[in-house]
Amino acid sequence: MDWGQILNSAAGELLSPVTAAYALAAIGISVHFGYAGLLNFGQAGFMAIGAYAFVVPILSFDAPLWAGFLSAIVFSIIFALLLGVPTLRLRADYLAIVTIASAEIVRYTVSTTALTDVTGGAAGLSGFNSGFNAINPFPSGTYGFGPFTYTENQLWVRVFGWSLVILASVLVFLLMRSPWGRVVKGIREDEDAVRSLGKNVYAFKMQALILGGVLGSLAGIVYVLPRAVQPANYGTTLTFFIWTMLLLGGAATVFGPIVGAMIFATLLTLSDGILRGLISADIITFISGTQAGQIRFMIIGAVLMALVVFRPQGIFGNKKELSFNV
Amino acid sequence: MSDTMLTHPLVVGEVGPGCKKVDPIVVADGVTRTFGGLTAVDVAHVEIPRGQITALIGPNGAGKTTFFNLLTGFDKPNAGKWSFEGHSLARVPAYRVARKGMVRTFQLTKSLGRLTVLQNMLLGATKQPGENMFTALFKPLWNRNEDEITVRAKDLLTRFKLDAKMDDYAASLSGGQRKLLEMARALMSKPVLIMLDEPMAGVNPALTQSLLGHIKELKSEGMSVLFVEHDMHMVRHISDWVIVMAEGKVVAEGPPDQVMNDQAVIDAYLGAHHDEDLGDMTESNPVLEAKEAAAAHAAEEGRH
Repeated sequence: MDWGQILNSAAGELLSPVTAAYALAAIGISVHFGYAGLLNFGQAGFMAIGAYAFVVPILSFDAPLWAGFLSAIVFSIIFALLLGVPTLRLRADYLAIVTIASAEIVRYTVSTTALTDVTGGAAGLSGFNSGFNAINPFPSGTYGFGPFTYTENQLWVRVFGWSLVILASVLVFLLMRSPWGRVVKGIREDEDAVRSLGKNVYAFKMQALILGGVLGSLAGIVYVLPRAVQPANYGTTLTFFIWTMLLLGGAATVFGPIVGAMIFATLLTLSDGILRGLISADIITFISGTQAGQIRFMIIGAVLMALVVFRPQGIFGNKKELSFNV
Repeated sequence: MSDTMLTHPLVVGEVGPGCKKVDPIVVADGVTRTFGGLTAVDVAHVEIPRGQITALIGPNGAGKTTFFNLLTGFDKPNAGKWSFEGHSLARVPAYRVARKGMVRTFQLTKSLGRLTVLQNMLLGATKQPGENMFTALFKPLWNRNEDEITVRAKDLLTRFKLDAKMDDYAASLSGGQRKLLEMARALMSKPVLIMLDEPMAGVNPALTQSLLGHIKELKSEGMSVLFVEHDMHMVRHISDWVIVMAEGKVVAEGPPDQVMNDQAVIDAYLGAHHDEDLGDMTESNPVLEAKEAAAAHAAEEGRH
């Protein structure tokens, strides 16, 4: 088996646009869950909204790139309002139920045959990337070294995706050190107490929901920029991948979601590479290559369980913060 | 309450359930709240005097906390209206009630565990420019306000003897310290009327003394205080006015001595033996005893 190849492709995942998308989405639920205590189990829905709201105007109406971005942001705000207005006055559990169902509704809606003309149905959409590649500032050529060797378009989508990740992190950092962040964290602890101090808890929760949702929709854009839109990608699995990354890194931290996403994406590719390598080298004979793809998720599930048991605060989290049973 | 006409300087006319006050801060009319078939609160008329310490007492299930929740907007009544400083508060959301200067604490303390004690305090301050999501991004826009409220928070923490705990998570405080923190946090919003729901519950006798002192201080600073309490001796010590609730209704009110000597109130709502097992608190005051012991010790030292 070719260890060099396996490590190479795993290292390549570190900076891949998909990892950047994961990181952005994880920053989104870090705002939701880590800071504001909102249980959003529908981040895949926000990503789908972002992807489709970005792509459909470009393909159907020949809209410019910026209009695609704007539409993704606007639609994710509308989606957040739809989710938040009925549920944010209720207990946290209700938002969890509504988000998980709504994300599925979004996925079924975009893959329905009645909308095939617009959304491409189950086949999804492609061929929208030319506008993005047209504004590529990098001259054509080959960049980087080793596993990080890119064409100019590959480099451009990475630079763009990771710039968004950095911007989002800075934004979240600035907000969370401010009095706004203090109120939001207070709401996570006990919203009645915060309400009794004269804060409009509902408005703060809505703002946090929208902020995290917009980050999710931007993640959806970065996710599809180098490839096609596939409705099957936006299932609950995606949401729980992102939750795993967030918990891996540490929920209420700035770097947690980013490092969590990097580790998760790398491990996913690495475990796949190793399993397939072992099978092709006839070291493991009792499973097939297709089964290996499933088994790595079982391994990751076990890792997540071990993580929650032995390091519930994640890599960057503060152990002291979790030592209280509040 | 008795056959002869009773008067009191706080009251216009005769003292009795629902009597008119000279200067009321809260006036409630016909406030009812039912849970299914149970009428938890059915207050025909009640007025809370301004600038005084008013105790709201009554047996468990009398509707005291529910009445608190209704007044502060944490629960919605089936009917009724009430006003605070002349402004109607019916159907006003809880956070707006608090902004008007009517701030409450909770029976089960709600300290924000994974925030530090200082952050808990700062959260109490009102009108913070940095609480707007957009100004929050630019520190110079809220920095000065932050410094001002930090100074005020530290002063209050010193007063409540929590300054050493400033940077600890609130979750690490003891039950009594959390009660103190909650009261101090409520004061950060500069309330006009502070409503304390069982401030002494679960607090040890020594800390109770200091809590009582703090409550008296609030009055001397011009605040009105309304508190729910079970311990009759506490009520007798610090309150200027007592309102008795039972089965959702205001059944008696008056100055503490008068209410507590009212045989009907005692028998029906406080229990016939209310004085016996609660009597220890005043007869043996641990703080006072400790002080006396220390004084005696000091005097003895002086002789040597």
